[in-house]
Amino acid sequence: MPHVLTRSLDRSATVFLMAVVACGVLIPLSNLLLPAGSLFQVPTYLVSLFGKYVCYAILALAIDLIWGYCGILSLGHGAFFALGGYAMGMYLMRQIGSRGVYGNPLLPDFMVFLNYPKLPWYWHGFDMFWFACLMVLVVPGLLAFCFGWLAFRSRVTGVYLSIITQAMTYALLLAFFRNDFGFGGNNGLTDFKDILGFNVQADGTRAALFALSCLGLIVGFLICRAVVTSKLGKVLIAVRDAESRTRFLGYRVESYKLFVFTLSACMAGVAGALYVPQVGIINPSEFAPGNSIEAVIWVAVGGRGTLIGAALGAVVVNYAKTYFTSGALAPYWLFMLGAMFILVTLLLPKGIIGTFNSWWEPWKARRLAANAASAAREDGVSEPNMAE
Amino acid sequence: MLTKVLRNVRALPFALLIILATVLPVLAGPFEDAIGKFTTDDFSDTEEAINAIATSGNPLAFTVISALQDGRLMFDADAKKVYVTQPDGKSIDAETGAPVASVPDSASAVRLNNRLRRSVEAAMSGLTLSSPDAGKRIEAAQSIFKTHDEAMLLAIEGALAKETNKDAKQAFTAARGAILLFKDDATEAQKLDAIAAIRDRGDQEALAMLSDVPADQPPAVTHAVASAIAAIQSRLAIWSAVQNAWYGLSLGSVLLLAAIGLAITFGVMGVINMAHGEMVMIGAYVTFVVQQVIRNSFPGLFDYALVIAVPSAFIVAGAIGILIERTIIRFLYGRPLETLLATWGLSLVLQQAVRSLFGPTNQEVANPSWMSGAFQLGQITITYNRLWILCFTLAVFVILLAMLRYTALGLEMRAVTQNRRMAASMGIATSRVDALTFGLGSGIAGIAGVALSQIDNVSPNLGQSYIIDSFMVVVFGGVGNLWGTLVGAFTLGIANKFLEPVAGAVLGKIAILVLIILFIQKRPRGLFALKGRAVEA
Repeated sequence: MPHVLTRSLDRSATVFLMAVVACGVLIPLSNLLLPAGSLFQVPTYLVSLFGKYVCYAILALAIDLIWGYCGILSLGHGAFFALGGYAMGMYLMRQIGSRGVYGNPLLPDFMVFLNYPKLPWYWHGFDMFWFACLMVLVVPGLLAFCFGWLAFRSRVTGVYLSIITQAMTYALLLAFFRNDFGFGGNNGLTDFKDILGFNVQADGTRAALFALSCLGLIVGFLICRAVVTSKLGKVLIAVRDAESRTRFLGYRVESYKLFVFTLSACMAGVAGALYVPQVGIINPSEFAPGNSIEAVIWVAVGGRGTLIGAALGAVVVNYAKTYFTSGALAPYWLFMLGAMFILVTLLLPKGIIGTFNSWWEPWKARRLAANAASAAREDGVSEPNMAE
Repeated sequence: MLTKVLRNVRALPFALLIILATVLPVLAGPFEDAIGKFTTDDFSDTEEAINAIATSGNPLAFTVISALQDGRLMFDADAKKVYVTQPDGKSIDAETGAPVASVPDSASAVRLNNRLRRSVEAAMSGLTLSSPDAGKRIEAAQSIFKTHDEAMLLAIEGALAKETNKDAKQAFTAARGAILLFKDDATEAQKLDAIAAIRDRGDQEALAMLSDVPADQPPAVTHAVASAIAAIQSRLAIWSAVQNAWYGLSLGSVLLLAAIGLAITFGVMGVINMAHGEMVMIGAYVTFVVQQVIRNSFPGLFDYALVIAVPSAFIVAGAIGILIERTIIRFLYGRPLETLLATWGLSLVLQQAVRSLFGPTNQEVANPSWMSGAFQLGQITITYNRLWILCFTLAVFVILLAMLRYTALGLEMRAVTQNRRMAASMGIATSRVDALTFGLGSGIAGIAGVALSQIDNVSPNLGQSYIIDSFMVVVFGGVGNLWGTLVGAFTLGIANKFLEPVAGAVLGKIAILVLIILFIQKRPRGLFALKGRAVEA
């Protein structure tokens, strides 16, 4: 294990992790310990907002893992995110108990409202936190496994795969909009009261959820780094760059793709599960195809195939979205988002981090070369001495 | 039972009178006498008056009875005068039809009770049975069919004997059948005839009527009823299948229109154009603008606005398409996934641009007169706009097919689709072909927008609602082959409409999406896939 860690952590990865750790510790502490109104105190609404960004960053990591390293462009990752969110939402709904508007100890409000005679079978078990957490991983993972197994085995690739992943999330969107599907229909799940006994509205819970999201980002990042720096990761990159050739070399391409696709879906599910208690609602619009494509553009902005860039892109784009949509520039936000899609693909195909690296790397290489040359000159000077 | 007999007895003179009225020349006396009876304000007098007026054959009879039905028949007990207040507020003397300045204040409306209301209705249908308008006669026969009031039997038989119009004759026969079927003293042979007549009618109402036949019938009649019900049901099942097929064709034509441009760009360039839906939307807005201009400047040409909109939409959307290709897409060749993202961004920009220009609300695009309305084909109703769109789609398809087959550009496009590098080696300017192809695909999307503006809301989100369906059509049909798109669109359209009654609209759509996802596993390149080495590239 230490071996995996040292291999997967280069300098920039370490810096990134330190930064996340610092945020995860300092922001909650400043929110809880400093007096309200103090210059350095982070208000609770900002903690939740940042928590949302961190969840998006985990989703972006998941997309970068498959798109940046394996060339699978999924336009339906929002579906896995939303499924994870729904699993957590179901737990939170069950926790409301008899405090709902209708006071039914077993049935959530919307079920009473829609005249459900009893709890649907798939809602059983969600009163237990561990079960909900398991489902957060299992449901998206299972869907991704089945979907990927069918798709990769029959070699559905490229834009075809993108289109059918989009169809998948669209089908789920339509399904979750239905009232008789058992997930609250149009309104989704909301009015959460508490999680593990802590009030979801309380500052302490929000701070803890933020810290947990940061922890999730760190763990997700470490897993992704471990995957992409392993031999498995090398095969994934080979698949991305020349799928047929990798297959002819004897690798079972579909198994590699299936593994990484399922892993990525599980990560997206965790992101969704962390997202829901902080936002306080999950509804079918999370399945909208537009959301999934927007998540892809975070990765593209940050730099695909860099992991750090994906997380950074998610935070930057979403911060921009919050900033612009809340100001006088709100009508122009879609212009900006659209322009971002176009300009990034045209002018910045490697994203922020990738472009930075392509400037930085030659400079670093030159410096290294200069160091080596000066060392060699010194060697050259000392050589005659040696000869003597 | 007793009331029924009584009613028959009561109805007999009335029906006889109708016969007389249709045979005898107009008699002046009874009508004026009958009008006088309204002034007594007595229900039995009123009834006599209704019957007498219904059979009088007087040209005012219809006016008076319909006024009575609507409570517009006023009587003045002191002056023994009766007036009709017309719906437009003017009044006439009920006896002579002469206009009067105003109805005296002492006059009040002739009262009706439920029994009288039935008489009024019967009189109304009796009067309309001899209306000169065939449509009115059929309508009257329909209402008699529904009520199957035995009192109307003689009237309808009289009308039937005189009737020359084929449709009206059929309606009368069915109405007569309905009456006979429920008449207690009708003979078995009459009932069997009646069942046959109702069976010929063959719609939902006929089915309901046959199901209502009392059980205490002779075995031959019961048997005939059962077989007639079975026959109507199977006929209705066929009609509902035909109806679903028609709806499916209609939906398929819309899908085809929306997807055909996408299929061309995807087939030739391997580019998924996410902004395709916005080209459709632009076409719809061009239609809106053309209509506005014509409405304001040349109102006489309004019906031809669509004819002008088609080339305008093609040119506008095509020009935007070429502009997009030259400024964005050409830098992204060989990177289909990036193209997908860039065009998605473009679609956001275009949507927002249209929203800023025209506002976020729906714009009203009117149907020209030759596209409004509907006609009846057997048991199904076909609206003209859907029919026009189907014809229009097929015309666009045929023109496009001919273009690909017989023009130089078509030849070059097919060559580039099949093997881009070989085509380039043969001296085809592939980048020019790409630009023109993209323009053509966008232009056709614009034309689709003209058609869709006739059946859908023209809003900035118009394109969004078609884009996923269009992708499904292209993916299902396979690229590089327009026939694949045609088959894909109509298959999806018809499958959707046949699933809808079974599973509901939303579940049907989900089922279609899941089926396509599964289908892609089986045939990853669609129904009509290109074969050969070029495919893997």
